[in-house]
Amino acid sequence: MKFIPSIFILASILSPCFFIAQDIPTPAPKQSEKICVHGATIHIGNGQVIENGVLVLENGKFTQVSPANALDIKSLNCKLIDASGQHIYPALIGLNTYLGLSEIEAVRATNDGAEQGSQNANVRTIVSYNTDSRVTPTVRSNGVLYAQIVPGGGLVSGTTSIVQLDAWNWEDAAILTEEGVVLNWPSLQRKMGWWADAKGYEPNKEYDQQRQDIIDYFLEAKSYSGSSVEKKNLRFESLQEVVKGKRKLYINVQHIKEILHAIDFAEQMGLQITLIGAADAYMIADILAQKKISVILGRTHELPNYADEDIYQPYKTPAILQKAGVLYAISNEGFWQVRNLAFQAGQAVPYGLTKEQALMSITLHPAKILGLDHRIGTIELGKDASFILSTGDVLDMRTSQITRAFIEGRSINLGNKQTDLYHKFMEKYGLKVK
Amino acid sequence: MTSIYINFKYSSRQRFIIPSLILCFLLTHPFSLCSQQTTFKTNGPDDYREGLYAFTRVTLYQDYKTIRSNATVVIKNGKIIDVNTTGSIPAGATVYNMQGKFLYPSFIDLYSDHGMPKIKKNPGDEGKQYESNIKGAYGWNQAIHTDFEAHKTWTRDDTAAKIYRKQGFGTLVVHRKDGIARGTAALVLLGSDKENLLLKNSQIANVFSLDKGSSTQEYPNSMMGSIALLRQTHYDAKWYAQTTAPKEYNINLEAWNETKNLISIFDAGHWENVLRADKIGDEMGKQFIFRTDGTEYQRLDEIKKTNGKLIVPLIFPKAYDVSDIYKNQFIDLAEMNHWEHAPANCAYLDKNNIEFAITSDLLEKRDDFLKNLRIALKYGISESALLKALTFQPAQFLNIYNEVGSIEKGKWANFIITDYNLFDDRAQVLENWVGGKKFTVQKSEDYDIRGTYKLNTINSSTPLSSTKLVIIGDKPSPKATIIFSDTSKIDVKLDRKGKDIVFSMIPFPKGDNKKYFFSGTIDPETNRWTGKGQYPNGAEFKWMAQRDSLYIDTSKRKLDTIKLESLGKLSYPMHGYGFEQLPNQESILFKNATLWTNEAEGVMPLTDLIIKNGKIAQIGNNLGCAECRIFNAQGKHITTGIIDEHSHIALRGVNEGSKTISSEVCMGDVINPSDINIYRHLAGGVTAAQLLHGSANAIGGQSALIKLRWGFTAEQMKIEQADGFIKFALGENVKQSNWGPQFNTRYPQTRMGVEQTYINYFTKAQEYLKNIQTNAQNTRRDLELDALAEILNKKRFITCHSYVQSEITMLMRVAEKFNFKVNTFTHILEGYKVADKMKTHGVYASTFADWWAYKFEVIDAIPHNAGILSQMGVCTAINSDDAEMARRLNQEAAKSVKYANMSEEDAWKMVTLNPAKMVHLDHRMGSLKPGKDADVVLWSDHPLSIYALAEQTYIDGRLFYSLESNTKLQERIQKERARLIQKMSEDKKAGGETQEPAKKQKYSFSCGNENECLH
Repeated sequence: MKFIPSIFILASILSPCFFIAQDIPTPAPKQSEKICVHGATIHIGNGQVIENGVLVLENGKFTQVSPANALDIKSLNCKLIDASGQHIYPALIGLNTYLGLSEIEAVRATNDGAEQGSQNANVRTIVSYNTDSRVTPTVRSNGVLYAQIVPGGGLVSGTTSIVQLDAWNWEDAAILTEEGVVLNWPSLQRKMGWWADAKGYEPNKEYDQQRQDIIDYFLEAKSYSGSSVEKKNLRFESLQEVVKGKRKLYINVQHIKEILHAIDFAEQMGLQITLIGAADAYMIADILAQKKISVILGRTHELPNYADEDIYQPYKTPAILQKAGVLYAISNEGFWQVRNLAFQAGQAVPYGLTKEQALMSITLHPAKILGLDHRIGTIELGKDASFILSTGDVLDMRTSQITRAFIEGRSINLGNKQTDLYHKFMEKYGLKVK
Repeated sequence: MTSIYINFKYSSRQRFIIPSLILCFLLTHPFSLCSQQTTFKTNGPDDYREGLYAFTRVTLYQDYKTIRSNATVVIKNGKIIDVNTTGSIPAGATVYNMQGKFLYPSFIDLYSDHGMPKIKKNPGDEGKQYESNIKGAYGWNQAIHTDFEAHKTWTRDDTAAKIYRKQGFGTLVVHRKDGIARGTAALVLLGSDKENLLLKNSQIANVFSLDKGSSTQEYPNSMMGSIALLRQTHYDAKWYAQTTAPKEYNINLEAWNETKNLISIFDAGHWENVLRADKIGDEMGKQFIFRTDGTEYQRLDEIKKTNGKLIVPLIFPKAYDVSDIYKNQFIDLAEMNHWEHAPANCAYLDKNNIEFAITSDLLEKRDDFLKNLRIALKYGISESALLKALTFQPAQFLNIYNEVGSIEKGKWANFIITDYNLFDDRAQVLENWVGGKKFTVQKSEDYDIRGTYKLNTINSSTPLSSTKLVIIGDKPSPKATIIFSDTSKIDVKLDRKGKDIVFSMIPFPKGDNKKYFFSGTIDPETNRWTGKGQYPNGAEFKWMAQRDSLYIDTSKRKLDTIKLESLGKLSYPMHGYGFEQLPNQESILFKNATLWTNEAEGVMPLTDLIIKNGKIAQIGNNLGCAECRIFNAQGKHITTGIIDEHSHIALRGVNEGSKTISSEVCMGDVINPSDINIYRHLAGGVTAAQLLHGSANAIGGQSALIKLRWGFTAEQMKIEQADGFIKFALGENVKQSNWGPQFNTRYPQTRMGVEQTYINYFTKAQEYLKNIQTNAQNTRRDLELDALAEILNKKRFITCHSYVQSEITMLMRVAEKFNFKVNTFTHILEGYKVADKMKTHGVYASTFADWWAYKFEVIDAIPHNAGILSQMGVCTAINSDDAEMARRLNQEAAKSVKYANMSEEDAWKMVTLNPAKMVHLDHRMGSLKPGKDADVVLWSDHPLSIYALAEQTYIDGRLFYSLESNTKLQERIQKERARLIQKMSEDKKAGGETQEPAKKQKYSFSCGNENECLH
């Protein structure tokens, strides 16, 4: 293995035009001048739309959001951005993602989000989060500027974190370093066979025991008192905020009965919870609304769970929750896949959501679920100046063309490894990028 | 005598075991019988018996359709020698008076492994054993057991035989249920003699299946592999018999050829497999008898068309426990429907004149057989039809009706005696006579003790006198009651064995409340019981009971019948979303639609379109059409149907992952027409798909091109006269890079090895072609090389899974070396790097819109790939490779508009016209042009938009999907589910067994991580 570095060095010395790909763009510097964006249709993110509006951003915050005719922008002495004919949306927020935790799914060395063992409340995704992932810039180019980084594996997977997607290092990226804890609820149905020879399901006979084990574990965590024990238990320590109802517990759960059990568990323990996935949530939307339990839905681009189920069910679920008054967000789990977040929301539009509601499901609602709606999620006075510009409807791939993006007033480089390769080969073939 | 000759004529290959018996027939009077001659010695003096028995006054079911009352049956030496109604009995016969009893020919079960040795799975090196581990001059595959002969290992199993006999069986065809070619089956009697006497035919049939059984060899590990192996073995055997060139000695092929004229049973199971097996049979020149699984009622027409006779089990699923509504969603309507219809299967088969025999096999408990038979009767099939399926048909299927299957002179003395009509719920098999030997199954009391008695104690101080003893109920287990003179009653427990009678009672519960004991003897002549009793204090007394009147059984046989029409309607396929009525071809005039023609006319606003006779008839303005249904399509878009160039839906297995080269397997053999994804795809505007083999092998399997004709059969879905295609694969999946650390032995492990694999096999294919030309007779037909030779002859075309530029270029160069072209690169995520080379080679590209980062070889994938390739003049498509994505391929096409500024028309062609070109079907599909197939979709909005819904999807002018019909189907699903949940809960209430709800639907992994899918 010794020869490898030497070849590397040799190559860099001998090659006069050694090409350093701009596959990780440089993070943008802090906003230094006042910016006024005018002429665009502003989708506030709370359902309201301002046609021909003006945004003023100063020191990373929105200082003006208003119709163009209400403001004389020339008098504001700012850098003008003419966004006529374009649409402005709040920065999209990707929940339930694996961004920065994996680079190449099939290459084990690049997977960094699922710790060994089953009770891992103490592990923190923020320390695994790789700001230099080649994947993240491709997600950012499609308007997702914030993400929840969620651990996987085990029963209690670990602690989530919230990041902004244009950063030098994880401390720079972090909005919240320890946001919530993830619990994977057991399943009533067990898969049979293996992936190449799937054979359907069988009832999980250990379900009741597994459910009891969770209750027992949390009861013990609740009774645990760090100050009086001889030896500290890091796993219990990290659950303290959760069992006191101060930190959120995210529960990955799918089936209606499992959901009801999970809710019962949370009520027994006095926990603050949000359901993740919850494909069957639509069946008990009224209960969720009444109990004020929020839901992070998975992709709408999914197949129904049951053979007899409405073939459009995953497309229809958001509108059912919306109508029932459930606080829900749409997510696109995964990492590279997160670039399609806006389309997961767009898919729900012909099935009952309005376009503005669909937008809320990936902006304001996620911000509320994270408890960050005072900072992000809408384009409103005093909030972080994080937003995107598109020449067309951002929810539809046919029209979505994102031209600019800002995080706290910083103008983000929308290039990525893929656009570099695109330009490189268009150039090779003598073709023009339109 | 004649019988033996007939037998030989019909199955000259059947080896009858006892040549001495034939001799015996030839040398003696035709109507006399001689006993079987044996070679074994007896310990002590001989105990030879003639076995001459007469059964008189019996109700005789002589054969399945002839009933004779008051008949006499005479048997001798294990054969029936006389059947009469005159009461004639030969001298020396032991006579059994069978008054009130019923005599039936015993049943024949054609599908059994009774008495066969247990199958041991040799602990092979799981996952790595590519060659057979059987030592000796056998064939190359462990799943082929043509040399196995059941009669050589069969041994009597008295415990199991007893269970069979209790259910009425006397004759079995046994084979070892192991492997794809299972060898020969033997005909045996369920007696207790030495095996030499019970074995009646050593090779009555041979048996095949699609299940490799205990074989630890990797190949085949898919159904399509099993089919290919069977086909290949057939051709190998043919060559083995014909070739004049020097050849190997091969025990399996020798045996195949020796037994190839036997009657063949195919252990098929599900109706789909019956059709698959029948197709194999056609190729082998064989009509199989199919062992089914009771689902045939779902496709009666197609089953009938096979002309195959069936061996049908009586397996009826248990009802689901439907008490928890939260769990009921796990149960598919199809499962509930099957629960309702399964017991009616025999009735459906009978109604449709499909010949079938019944097997007791596959039941959870064989003891349930008669119970299930009686359940089957309720659905309107006649008793004689069921008897036929248990006697005449199985015998007839194997040409042994001259020996067994009815009560006729000269046949084996195989029959059962019952106390009631066999189909009466109360009936029990009392005796089962096998080869003239009696087996008492259930002890029966000849004398009927039921009636009303006067009970008196003699010289007794206790006033039990002038009480009445009343005995009623079932004859085998009657109920007794004492009625006192003051009409008060107490129950009495009777214990009767032959003439001995024992009973006890507590006659004075309000008095001494003690037990009184009675023991006595029955005198059937005087109908009087006499005996002694004992008082609670120990003193004895005498007693007597005299019958005054007989009990008259007024209870009647329950004959509740269930009409087939009262069951839920059958749907095609058997699925919640199946059709009760398949859609007809329609003539339709769509007015004022926006037409996406994919022709020079481009997108035509406000234009009319007529479809007729399954074709696009006319496009224009102000069209008229008298016979057409008119649909106002203003504001709607009409396009040709989406074609998914890379799909794995509707398949029973995707990879034959055991070999580097598996060109002999055909996806067309394993199409699953009941996959709900077909219907879901229709709702996404998809009308056709290329079903590809997975990417586990350098050379995968032959592709199938289908139209999504939901409700039709697998064969009917295939696109008529389509060219042949085959899947190739390059890179990590072929190298098994991500299969796990133990997968490091199969060649190739590098891209270098992949190239050599191709060169090696195409060289072999060239030599093969040459051999065929120069020496056809001695050239073994090789299905693997056939497919490769077709590629060389430009009759089969390659779709190749590919990622990185090096391997893409490599395959083009290999193809050029062998003078053919690669048809399509699929995935082709680095195609943009070699777009110019691809253009020069003339290959198509079928890619994903934006997938990447799931494995190392896709690290340079870019969403602009389709855009660059198209601009470079490479005809490009967007495919799904994923059941979820396929139903929104329009959106995936639109992503090239987003990322590469492709024109909308060009983007649209990437999911319609371009894939049509790739599968060589653009002459009839892919654009809106008069004369092309009427595969059209009506969209609610711009078809590239995420907001567009496919409102109507037509294939060949038939409406296979519409929003409207979908709503109706959902209503039907809800109604049917509710009805069946009620029915299942009633069944549970009535004491029926239940099972826990469980999802039956196969799960599909998300293919985001493609190496988990190997597609």
